[in-house]
Amino acid sequence: MSTIALTDTHHGSAGRDWGGPAPKRIVTGYGFWIFILSDMIMFSAFFATYAVLLGQTAGGPSGHDLFNLRNVAIETAFLLASSFTCGMASIAADFRNKVWFQSAMAVTCAFGLAFLTIEGREFADLVARGAGPTRSAFSSAFFTLVGCHGLHVSAGILWLLTMMAQVFTKGFRPDIQRRILCFALFWHALDIIWIAVFTVVYLLGSAQ
Amino acid sequence: MTNGHEQAFNGTDLAPGDEHVGGGSIALRVVGYLTGLGLAILLTATSFFVAGTDLVWEPSIPVALVVLAIAQMGVHLVFFLHMTTGADNTNNVLALAFGVLIVMLVMGGSLWIMANLNHNMMPMDQIMQMQR
Repeated sequence: MSTIALTDTHHGSAGRDWGGPAPKRIVTGYGFWIFILSDMIMFSAFFATYAVLLGQTAGGPSGHDLFNLRNVAIETAFLLASSFTCGMASIAADFRNKVWFQSAMAVTCAFGLAFLTIEGREFADLVARGAGPTRSAFSSAFFTLVGCHGLHVSAGILWLLTMMAQVFTKGFRPDIQRRILCFALFWHALDIIWIAVFTVVYLLGSAQ
Repeated sequence: MTNGHEQAFNGTDLAPGDEHVGGGSIALRVVGYLTGLGLAILLTATSFFVAGTDLVWEPSIPVALVVLAIAQMGVHLVFFLHMTTGADNTNNVLALAFGVLIVMLVMGGSLWIMANLNHNMMPMDQIMQMQR
C-alpha cells in the first residue's frame, strides 16, 4: 500500500510540469526571445541618440526638409504585409504543408526586398542631395538607426532563404521547425522596431 | 491516466511566438493573424493621418503618435507574437517586461540627462570665443 503511494508521488513529481527539463522547443524559443529583447535594447540606444541629436543639423537640412512620408507609408505597408505572410508561413510549417510554406515565404521575401529597395533608393537620394551621413550629427544618427534596421531586414531575408532551402532539402524535421519558430520571432520583432522607426524618425522627425 | 496527460499539457510553457495548441484549427489561426493585420493597418493609417492633419490641436500630435505606436506594438505582440497573460506564458511576459524596463531607462535617461546638460551648458559659440 505504502509502496504504491510512494511510487505514485514519485511519478507525479517527475512529470513535465514540476521537474525535469523543458522541451527543446521551449528552451530554444525562450533563448531566442532573450536575444530579441537584447537587440531591442541596442535599438533603444540608437533611438535615444537620434532623439537627442534631432535638432543638431549644423545648418544642414532637417527631417522636415528631407522625409517623403508617402514613401514611408509604402515601406510600412510592405513590411506589415510581410509580417502577415510570415505568420501564414508559420501556420503552414505547423501543419507541415510544404507548398503553402514555400509560397508564403516567397511572398514574405518579395515584400522584404521591396521594402529594402525603397529604403535603398531613399538613402541614395539623400546622399545625392548632399544629406549623407557625414552632413550633420542629425544625419549620422538617422543613417545609423534606419540603416541598422535595414541591415537587420537584409539578414532576415538571408535567413528566410536559408529556411526555404532547408525545408526543401530536409523537410519539417524538429530542428528545422525550431529554426522556423526563431525566424518568425525575428521577422515579427523587426516589424515592431519599424513601428518605432516610422513614428519617432519619420512622423515625429518631420513634424519639427 | 488521461487526467495526468492533460495536466502535463496544460502545465507546460509556451515558446515565444507559439500559439496555444488547444483548438488550433487553421481557419481560427488565420483569423487571428487577419485581426492583427486589420488593427495594425487601422493604427498605422491613423498615425500617418494625425501626423499630416490640421484637424488636431498641434501640441497634442507627438503624444498621440507615441500612444498610437505603443498601441500598435501591443497589437503586434498579442496577435503576431502571441503574448498572453496565460500561466504558460509567464516566462515570456516577464522577460518582455524586463526588456521594456531597460528600454525605458536607456531612452528616458538619455533624453533627461542630455536635455539637462543642454539647458545648463553655455552655447557652443560662446565656448569657442572663450578658447581664443
